[in-house]
Amino acid sequence: MTNPIGDLEEAGCLFVIGSNTTEAHPVAAIRIKRAVKERGAKLIVANPKRITLAKLADVWLRQRPGTDVALLNGLAKIILDEGLADEEFIKERTEDFDAWKASLAEFTPENVSRITGVPVADLYRAARLYAQPKHNGSSIVYAMGITQHHTGTDNVFAVANLAMVTGNIGKTGAGVNPLRGQNNVQGACDMGCLPDVFTGYQKVNNAEAGAKFQQAWGVELPETPGLTMPEMIGAAHAGQIRAMYIMGENPVLSEPDANHVVNTLKQLDFLVVQDIFLTETARLANVVLPGVSFAEKDGTFTNTERRVQLVRKALEPIGDSMPDWQIICALARAISRKLGLAAQQFEFASPAAIMDELARLTPSYGGISHARLEEVDSLQWPCPDASHPGTPILHVGKFSRGLGKFTPLKFKSPAEMPDEVYPLVLTTGRKLYHYHTGTMTRRVAGLESLAPEERVEINPVDAEELDVCSGDFVKIASRRGEVTARAAVTDRTPIGVVFMTFHYAESAANILTNTALDPMSKMPEVKVCAVRVERIAGTLAGASAGGSRIGLS
Amino acid sequence: MGKITLKFNDKEVQGESGMTVLEVARSGGLYIPTLCAEPDLKPYGGCRLCLVEIEKMRGLLTACTTPARDGMIVKLDTPYVQRIRRQVVELIVSDHPSDCLMCPRDPHCPRFNVCLRDDVVSPRCVVCPRNGTCELQQIVEFVGLKEMRYRLAHRETDLDTSNHFFYRDHDKCILCTRCVRVCEEVQGVAAIDLGYRGRHARIVTALDGPLAGSNCESCGQCMARCPVGAIVVKNYRGEPQREVKTVCPYCGVGCSLYLQIKDEKIIGVRGDRAGAANRGSLCVKGQFGHEFVNHADRLTTPLIKKNGEFVEADWHEAIELVATKLVENRGKFAGLSSAKCTNEENYLFQKFARGVMGTNNVDHCART
Repeated sequence: MTNPIGDLEEAGCLFVIGSNTTEAHPVAAIRIKRAVKERGAKLIVANPKRITLAKLADVWLRQRPGTDVALLNGLAKIILDEGLADEEFIKERTEDFDAWKASLAEFTPENVSRITGVPVADLYRAARLYAQPKHNGSSIVYAMGITQHHTGTDNVFAVANLAMVTGNIGKTGAGVNPLRGQNNVQGACDMGCLPDVFTGYQKVNNAEAGAKFQQAWGVELPETPGLTMPEMIGAAHAGQIRAMYIMGENPVLSEPDANHVVNTLKQLDFLVVQDIFLTETARLANVVLPGVSFAEKDGTFTNTERRVQLVRKALEPIGDSMPDWQIICALARAISRKLGLAAQQFEFASPAAIMDELARLTPSYGGISHARLEEVDSLQWPCPDASHPGTPILHVGKFSRGLGKFTPLKFKSPAEMPDEVYPLVLTTGRKLYHYHTGTMTRRVAGLESLAPEERVEINPVDAEELDVCSGDFVKIASRRGEVTARAAVTDRTPIGVVFMTFHYAESAANILTNTALDPMSKMPEVKVCAVRVERIAGTLAGASAGGSRIGLS
Repeated sequence: MGKITLKFNDKEVQGESGMTVLEVARSGGLYIPTLCAEPDLKPYGGCRLCLVEIEKMRGLLTACTTPARDGMIVKLDTPYVQRIRRQVVELIVSDHPSDCLMCPRDPHCPRFNVCLRDDVVSPRCVVCPRNGTCELQQIVEFVGLKEMRYRLAHRETDLDTSNHFFYRDHDKCILCTRCVRVCEEVQGVAAIDLGYRGRHARIVTALDGPLAGSNCESCGQCMARCPVGAIVVKNYRGEPQREVKTVCPYCGVGCSLYLQIKDEKIIGVRGDRAGAANRGSLCVKGQFGHEFVNHADRLTTPLIKKNGEFVEADWHEAIELVATKLVENRGKFAGLSSAKCTNEENYLFQKFARGVMGTNNVDHCART
């Protein structure tokens, strides 16, 4: 996020797109609700689903799944045509504006309406609200609904273009604010667990950065970027990757085209999985190493607003399990000895000492240490030195790259569109009571009883055609596989679209999803794929689930 | 925002214009008893405990709703204030199960003691989970209430046990509406409100159905705010022996919270009011989703697959085997780190992949 979570309350207008905030980030949603109810902020929601926030919204744009570039470009065009752009900001702080402006010609409200299914009048209302916030600025909030498309990077560029054309960057109550899905996904990226960068996004193929790390670590380092997770699966399938070490991840449920993932992991010569439970992925391993939960170790997490906070050990490790940092160190030392490398590179007295090492090598974390966090509670990076107070708002006065770059974009349809065989669109997401692949939440009895099974959401119109009602078991099939689950007939989900979560191993939505990748981010398009739904004969609604037969004459 | 100065009894306290009398008093470290006021909720003036006298103003005023003005002279404990406040407490207690409240033996009674003064089994403080942490008990002690002049008129006991994590005991509710206000003002859910009138008044859901059938999201913030034992966690395991401040392990918001520990188990969670991201709020997962930590399924020892079956192994054997296999496959290796693990662990993981395994094939689930 360019702005802190608390800043959402300061916004004069909030534009929530591709985020079901109340379910996936409930405490961030609190700020949005407060901004609207207590501070009189305007709320625009763009989501194919009628999410809870849509009820609170001044304008709800129900775009078709995968049409976000058209929608966002369309809004930008209206803002330009109506003279609502922030001319001064565009002139002082951005570049490539004219080329981008020219690229918007085809995104007339009528065209956009035809592509997205959003009425023209709503486009105008949304554009005017966004460009004229009541106070402070307008804040865009998005999540995986923007990024998990084969055009995910384009979607993000479109969001940035919209923020820049209205000058909503680098000030209170404004910004481009992606909500990250996991407690420390921001931190894992910051720490260089990506194939092309060291910590703090220092490129592995940058000679200076490479030299710095080689000197600090005392080893030769590879300069060519490595493989992303989807590419690893591909390479493993092709036999180029023969061994994998997976720590605290469950790709069997979280990655698209799950059957393919399982088959590929089975083919490996050697798989070591480090986790706290015997997950679906761990079951495929040759060796399973027991790590510990967040409650049994010290360290730091970095949240979605770049805030680094201390994680403190509350319990001793359970059984013979070991804090993950100690396991990595033990393994690294064992291999270093075999290879004749310096094993003392992995001798650390505590996580605080690890933080000290990484802070020395990472400019944005330079001023962060456990001792300082004990004192000040939390710090938002960039925090380059020990006297720096941290940076709540990014790009104030100047973009980190200098000038903000407008990126012309073309609209591209989702990689897999519905057809005669697979006539419906499947989109996926989370629900409030579960988390990700359910490894943790499905072991909490209360949460499990609140949401014990998958419920595929189907619009009443489609349900009637399919002769399906709430509580029926249905088969959902795509080109990659099929799953069964109970149906929930609801108009929360639009006509032609079905919705599933990916929390349930027994109805794993990712068996169905598409692996089409965004060319730049390598993000798979799990938000859109074509499926076919049919009622499984012999199951009667209500017989065991207490559902009612709605939508049937 | 101008500075203002108020005088409480003989003490001068500085505040900002826009604050209430209660806020100024609290900022100066003065105690005014309250049951309904919460720093982050709107002034409500419901419990009438914060009554004070203010010079040049008529009658008694509730400090929580009275805007502070420069030069105010506030009397906190005149005989008049004390008398009326005691009467207010008496009225609140009159329909609260409080047989122990004024009993001189109370400090000596352990939980589940049979009471020799009580000829029937009645709901008493010693069997209430909030005994000892109850704010009403503290207030009764503060105002020095020694006897009750009003007959206890208990409301019929009807527990709402429909929620999976906590129950509501209307009999113990003092109608301070902190739960109603936190649900609406802070969490933005508005699942409950004050219903009915007079002595039938109670906290209800829409159409007065059970909580589980309402739009309640089970975040438990009502429970966290309840000053008495009216909303209590199910399977209460006593008071924590210690609290450890840490960060929620679920989504990316990064809510700061305290894990409450007893006998090396997590028995509860308390949102951190000073938490920059959450200011004390939590969702259902953050408040109640930590059972997995002590779950019986937890892996407690390394496992090695032999002939298709996992066999328990010791650390030395497991690490040696992994090391040997990874050395064999150096050059054909890829590693997936974890968005659930700490920064320090992620740093080590990529250092291991790059520095030891000699590959940039390192990633994590940032895309899912």
